[in-house]
Amino acid sequence: MPKIRIDNQEYEVPEGANLLESCLSAGLDLPYFCWHPAMGSVGACRQCAVVQYQNEEDTRGRIVMGCMTPVTEGAIFSLTGDKASGFRQAVIESLMLNHPHDCAVCAEGGECHLQDMTVMVGHRDRRYRGLKKTHRNQYLGPLVHHEMNRCITCYRCTRYYRDYAGGTDLAAMASHDHVFFGRHDEGTLQSEFAGNLVEVCPTGVFTDKTLVGQYTRKWDLQSAPSVCVGCAVGCNTVPGERYGKVKRVHNRFNAEVNGYFLCDRGRYGSGYVNSDTRLPYPGMRGAEGRFTALNHHDALAEFERLTVGRRVAGIGSPRASVEANFLLRSLVGSDSFAPGVSEQEQPSLQRATALMRSTPARVPSLADIESADAILVLGDDVTHTAPRVALALRQSVRNRAYELAADMKLQPWQDAAIRNLAQEQRSPLVSVTPGSTRLDDVAERTLHLAPGEIAEFAFAVAAALSGGDSAGNPEAAAVAQMLRDARRPLIIAGTSLCEEALLDGAAAVAGALVSREADGTRAPMLSLVVPEANSLGQALLCGDDAPDLATLTARAEAGEIETLIVLENDLYRRGTGEEIDRLLDAVTTVIVLDGMDSATCSRADLVLPAASAIESEGTVVSMEGRAQRYYPVFVPGDERHSSLYWLLCCLKAADHKHFVDINHVDEVIAACASAVPALAGIVDAAPGGSYRSHGVRIPRQPHRYSGRTAMRANISVHEPKQPQDEESPLAYSMEGLNRDEPGSLLPFVWSPGWNSNQSLHKFQDEVGGALSGGTAGARLIEAAGPTTVPEAATPSSIDAATLELIPRPAIFGSDELSARSAGVRDLMPDAYLELSVADAKTLGVEAGDGVVLGGSDTAFEVRIDPSLRRGCVAYAPGLNGCIGLVPRSGVSLSMAPDWKRRDADLIARDGQEGSLS
Amino acid sequence: MTDAPTHPLTRNVRPDRRPTDMAAYEANGGYNSLKTNIGQRTPAECLEIIKDSNLRGRGGAGFPTGMKWSFVPMDNATPGHKYLICNADEMEPGTFKDRLLMECDPHQLIEGMILSAYTLQADIAYIFIRAEYHKAIGLLREAITACHEKGYLGDNILGSGFSLEMHVHVSAGRYICGEETALISSLEGKRANPRAKPPFPQVSGLWGRPTIVNNVETLCNIHHILEFGADWFQALGKGEDAGTKLYGVSGRVKNPGCWELPIGTSIREIIEDHAGGMEDGYSLRGFLPGGGSTDFLTPEHLDLAMDYGTIGKAGSRMGTGTMIVLDDKTCPIGFIHNLTSFFARESCGFCTPCRDGLPWSAQVLESLENGDGRPEDLETLAYQIDYIGAIGNTHCALAPGAMEPVQSALKYFREDFEAHINEGCCPYERSASGGAVS
Amino acid sequence: MTELIPALSDSEIAAIDAEIAHVPYRSAVAIDALKIVQAHRGWVSDESLRAIARHLEMSAEELDGVATFYNLIFRQPVGDRVILLCNSVTCWIKGCDKVQAAITENLGIGLGETTADNAFTLLPVTCLGACDRAPVMMVGDDLHQDLDPAEIEKALSGEPNRD
Ligand SMILES: Cc1cc2nc3c(=O)[nH]c(=O)nc-3n(C[C@H](O)[C@H](O)[C@H](O)COP(=O)(O)O)c2cc1C
Ligand code: SF4
Ligand code: FES
Repeated sequence: MPKIRIDNQEYEVPEGANLLESCLSAGLDLPYFCWHPAMGSVGACRQCAVVQYQNEEDTRGRIVMGCMTPVTEGAIFSLTGDKASGFRQAVIESLMLNHPHDCAVCAEGGECHLQDMTVMVGHRDRRYRGLKKTHRNQYLGPLVHHEMNRCITCYRCTRYYRDYAGGTDLAAMASHDHVFFGRHDEGTLQSEFAGNLVEVCPTGVFTDKTLVGQYTRKWDLQSAPSVCVGCAVGCNTVPGERYGKVKRVHNRFNAEVNGYFLCDRGRYGSGYVNSDTRLPYPGMRGAEGRFTALNHHDALAEFERLTVGRRVAGIGSPRASVEANFLLRSLVGSDSFAPGVSEQEQPSLQRATALMRSTPARVPSLADIESADAILVLGDDVTHTAPRVALALRQSVRNRAYELAADMKLQPWQDAAIRNLAQEQRSPLVSVTPGSTRLDDVAERTLHLAPGEIAEFAFAVAAALSGGDSAGNPEAAAVAQMLRDARRPLIIAGTSLCEEALLDGAAAVAGALVSREADGTRAPMLSLVVPEANSLGQALLCGDDAPDLATLTARAEAGEIETLIVLENDLYRRGTGEEIDRLLDAVTTVIVLDGMDSATCSRADLVLPAASAIESEGTVVSMEGRAQRYYPVFVPGDERHSSLYWLLCCLKAADHKHFVDINHVDEVIAACASAVPALAGIVDAAPGGSYRSHGVRIPRQPHRYSGRTAMRANISVHEPKQPQDEESPLAYSMEGLNRDEPGSLLPFVWSPGWNSNQSLHKFQDEVGGALSGGTAGARLIEAAGPTTVPEAATPSSIDAATLELIPRPAIFGSDELSARSAGVRDLMPDAYLELSVADAKTLGVEAGDGVVLGGSDTAFEVRIDPSLRRGCVAYAPGLNGCIGLVPRSGVSLSMAPDWKRRDADLIARDGQEGSLS
Repeated sequence: MTDAPTHPLTRNVRPDRRPTDMAAYEANGGYNSLKTNIGQRTPAECLEIIKDSNLRGRGGAGFPTGMKWSFVPMDNATPGHKYLICNADEMEPGTFKDRLLMECDPHQLIEGMILSAYTLQADIAYIFIRAEYHKAIGLLREAITACHEKGYLGDNILGSGFSLEMHVHVSAGRYICGEETALISSLEGKRANPRAKPPFPQVSGLWGRPTIVNNVETLCNIHHILEFGADWFQALGKGEDAGTKLYGVSGRVKNPGCWELPIGTSIREIIEDHAGGMEDGYSLRGFLPGGGSTDFLTPEHLDLAMDYGTIGKAGSRMGTGTMIVLDDKTCPIGFIHNLTSFFARESCGFCTPCRDGLPWSAQVLESLENGDGRPEDLETLAYQIDYIGAIGNTHCALAPGAMEPVQSALKYFREDFEAHINEGCCPYERSASGGAVS
Repeated sequence: MTELIPALSDSEIAAIDAEIAHVPYRSAVAIDALKIVQAHRGWVSDESLRAIARHLEMSAEELDGVATFYNLIFRQPVGDRVILLCNSVTCWIKGCDKVQAAITENLGIGLGETTADNAFTLLPVTCLGACDRAPVMMVGDDLHQDLDPAEIEKALSGEPNRD
């Protein structure tokens, strides 16, 4: 580690770092704009200037940019000298020439990096007497708000959007002081990661559209560490609340998972918490079929009456916490507890779980995924099934560039230089899917096959790797070679196609890579995408023998079930309407615990309103096997309680022997960990409720939280008493210290002088590194037992004469909760079916025409994916109209009678690859 | 072999500026150097000669050409192309020398480029030329075709085994394209933002490959040096520097123009003898010695030699060697306001001091020129010079170059600034409104 | 009208493809492609820009970012002949403002404007490299030197020449 001198003080700094990083890591405040820890340096803003001296004798020194200057042994710098600080003041002064000073009405106000830096350099008085430049703003869709006049031209937005996230529809336009960042014309930003602009932009050009107009600022947001429940990646988030509403969700740094970025489903998908379809009170269906609201006490009494002493079965939920599922399973018994996924999905989910636990390859974190140098994607379009993984893969393919850079002795942070050097050279990514995917632009090769064929292809690759015969499949041989040449090959597959053999094939490839390597220089990885936030936790809880929905239905029809308890699950999304009707018709009583109204709720006899993940505490297990805890950001209103609470009350009322003495979340967690060995590790996901930071609970509110407002003045002029949190290590208070706590408990980032999210580095050991308090979460499948590698498996097949229905999830729409959030809802497409060119021709239809499925009368718009494998018909599960379609079933299509075509432009735009709307 | 020329660069330049075609060029010894060097000398031998010649780049910075070339990897360890680029973007205010070379003697540039590419073992060459130079573009394209017919370009040139493709790339405008790394960005079809150095283009340039960018005039010297030798070239210069130089003078002189003279010729000789001295009724107040981004010198510097070292010591730069003369009836503040507005407009918009600092400087100069100046404006200007005016403060050399005339004007013409402030108007006849560049 | 003229014609495509042949990736010819279309049409409309972008497999944004950077790519219609009036320093010393005033008087347009009959557009340009003959301007492809404001009409007459 080189030693350098800054203002006569010696510092030991990391080898290969730049001076700006080194200063920040050393706790020195050096202002900056264009540099970003995840995106490196380009030297555009010139804000991070310092003076470098040639040697001891040099008294004048010269200005260099901290972010562009490598630290070398013995280098001498000054940060605080007049020359350096004067220059930095001049930079801010000129950035301010055209800045509108509209802080008071700017959604960024109070967490604006530009404000912070302006104060930091001490610029105050304006000397410029000219007119300010103004720009016209653009409509960029329902998520991101654009206010160009606030721009300081740091180029972070396009560097993030284009270079980092692969978006193409945001660019720098014009030149000199007319530079404009926007689209060619107004319209929704097409990247699924556009929302990160809000956090990347150091000022208020890009802000959350869902926040603008709420007149809430960071200092008035109450927040707590949370985990996104939008998919199985498990990104760490910080939702912010005010007046009982979720105002916005920001990224919570986790070095192993999401790093600095979220996807837009995660960022904007929590609006369901504020939705008017939320259930406020428990309801009991009366004789005439209508619901009557119950108070809390009566509701519990009914819950008990309908469960205790009756033959009860339960259906859990992969979107509910481990703990809630565990309690329901305890209440009904494991034989009568179904995991709550569709019949088609359940075997795939169980298979994926078994493979992850038995593969000799590493099940990678997102950080591991970013380190991959050759990638084989089998089946999933990960941008839609595990979005944040796709953003990670866009970084993996850059590893080739970093290798080239290392040969030239360039450091990874020399961003522009590396891009110029590598140009279009990338680490290989081969995508084998039924049709085009959002990663095709960075794929070296794409192959389009039906699900069963993908499985066969995977086994052919595995055979080629094991020295077997792949003569019949040169593509497989080439992919095998690509993986063999890599040091960190990564195989990604997923359950979205409901094809077990495909998962086996993926594991076989990963296994073959491991066994080929005796010397350990290669570290193969196997990542299996599962659909929901707690799918993996649910599979680990349920094991292989859990009944599926069909089994429960059969038992209900045999009169074995009186009461069915459904936990946070709309069963109508898990099977066809007839199937679910049969099940619900066959039981006497249906109890639903859920947060929102749903088709299943309408069939319930008793409904208990459940708190959302943002209002409760619980553990979910991500697709990497990482158990992560979320905490209530605020106390749910009305009569909402966490499912955990309702179920625990019921268990205690039933005098369940294991639960009579349990009163605290921590005890539930412990009970679950000891009852289910596969989940033993969940206790390590986060510290228990007794954790104290500097002797007190961690505050959910920042120091400057303003309690008094007129919001409640019509009710009472007195401030209500703050709620007490008896369970978690967090307090509904601004008292306490938000410092050095474990990463899993970080409620927000703020540091004196650093009001923006850039203060994060104050919570990291070194800039860009893990949180000082440790990385959140605990990996559950790290130490796998005996490893196995699957032999050949037979893929499922359908009658060759029919078309095969292929689920291709959509980031905006396929997930039940986010689809009920403002913003995301606006981006949800209408139901459509995607056809190959050949099949469309056979049917005589074109894009924009309507078709109906044999035996039904719902019409779907036709989209055409020219790359879609012939014989496949793709649909997006979860869209209105697609609910109840059976994945992988054989179907026949015909032209829809009386179909009205939409506007040709709209059809063309929607049909475009990667279109959002 | 032709006799060693004394004016190698302009030996084919006709008084009426009619271009030299292939036949005329060859009749005057053209492509001799090509024939006697390609395949006869090794590239390494050629490079040694260029180094020995002490040729310095004529694009403005004066970097020794041989040294620049020696950074290009010659081991061919990494397979792929190497590029030679001729910088024919000439847009520096007051500079009009490369146009002359290309319009009068296109083959000279091409022969120089072929031999440069041979020395560097570059297999693809570009001439990056500004779009307004229609005539030169046509002539260069014709010349390239003629070379292909003769076997001087294309595959296996004259049976030597060396092959070279040559393209004329016509720019779409913007002064910043002349900056070599911005030029490379532009050639890649991108916005012409300069690139940080290191890595230098010599190792990672066009498409990430080793690339050399040289000025037209620099490249026009190469084959002469390889033909007549380093010693001959050294002897052409008058002082420390080697070779001849195209010197130009514009402004209110009797005979504005451009002449090839031994490098190190005195300024007085250039302005008084070649440019004929000041127009009647005008006297000399100062001059920018080498284009719009060099510091003012004044009549007291007239006897200095126009070479890199001497001009540098006097506090300015040789730059492109083409002088802009400030007369006593032209307002120096209007003059630098014009230049500063120009540079502000031509900023690529990448780095803050240039993008936002130059318009700020221009605004201060504008109010001074319009009579709205305040005493503290001079401090603000000095502050801006400090802020924008040093290499390293900005991402590329445009902005520091832009501040050179401003800083020297403040030094030499301070009384003019004060007069503008005190009188509340521009005391010169030349109207203030003419200064703005929009 | 718009239906008769395609956003990108076959001959334009052929010329663009010829450029693509000697670059490593299609988007590398962005500037050449814009210039080809502009040579045919005088300027680059939104429709053409989008068509070029599609042909080069890049987004309209990326191409627009390039197009708007350069001053000689016209994203708005220009007259049959573009007057590029040098207003850099030597031409300024020699009275380019008077030349500009003469043009304005003659054609009734200021900088950035186009005559009503669509014959001329007047734009400022960086030093034209002819400072020894200042003031200078280009009208279409022709360079006019030693301009005399009193005789501006002469420089403006003559046939439009575009390639
Ligand atoms: C803003 C700017 C504009 C430039 N314009 C030109 C130019 O038009 N022509 C040129 O030859 N060099 C120009 N240069 C210098 C080039 O960057 C580069 O140094 C030169 O082409 C190298 O050639 P040489 O070594 O032969 O002098 C410019 C530099 C800067 C900073
Ligand atoms: S100094 Fe900065 S803004 Fe100016 S041209 Fe150079 S890089 Fe662009
Ligand atoms: S952060 Fe270093 S120049 Fe912008």
